[in-house]
Amino acid sequence: MLAAALFAILVSIALLVVRALRGPTVFDRLLAANSIGNGAILVLALFGFLTGRPEFLDLGLTYALLNYVGAFAVLKFYREGSLGAAPEDRA
Amino acid sequence: MIDLAREIVGALFLVAGGTFFLIGAIGVHRMPDLFTRIHAASLADTAGVGLVLIGLMVYGGLTLVTVKLVFLLLFLMFMGPVATHALAAAALQAGLKPGAEKRHASSPARKTPVTRKGRGKSR
Repeated sequence: MLAAALFAILVSIALLVVRALRGPTVFDRLLAANSIGNGAILVLALFGFLTGRPEFLDLGLTYALLNYVGAFAVLKFYREGSLGAAPEDRA
Repeated sequence: MIDLAREIVGALFLVAGGTFFLIGAIGVHRMPDLFTRIHAASLADTAGVGLVLIGLMVYGGLTLVTVKLVFLLLFLMFMGPVATHALAAAALQAGLKPGAEKRHASSPARKTPVTRKGRGKSR
């Protein structure tokens, strides 16, 4: 059953990669990338349980942190044109 | 005996979570608009991830691994809606309007228009 869930999530990641390559706007690609990150977390957790090494969950936790930091960085850059410039630099 | 029951319940949760994640990914692939795609992705990020992690908690027993899974689930449940809201707000600010767009090329158009009177017709 672990293998079945892993297979379903890998197929889902393939569909999300198609959307990320084909998405008309930046936001479609960012949404697909965010969901790919969630799928990667699940793949790490399931693979760790499948091979009897649950220490992969630490990698999954790190992936979750990096995923959201990256998403918010891209959104802030798109909104403000910079990632936190100094106050005197802002026009 | 209790191990068998735990394994069965965990497998049910895992299969349900994988199914939800797959349905959400199919929705992201086939929906016509950005905001409908956000709606589909929220299903995958909430129901799919949550059910798979709960299934792993049931499957693994009560160890330190369960604590890690609880923290991962809490973090995802807090940050997923926040990221989705930020994405939708940025898309609205960029000028995308939620509404009727043209049907996307990957989703097939209906061959016959849907009518209430056409229930007995042969196709």
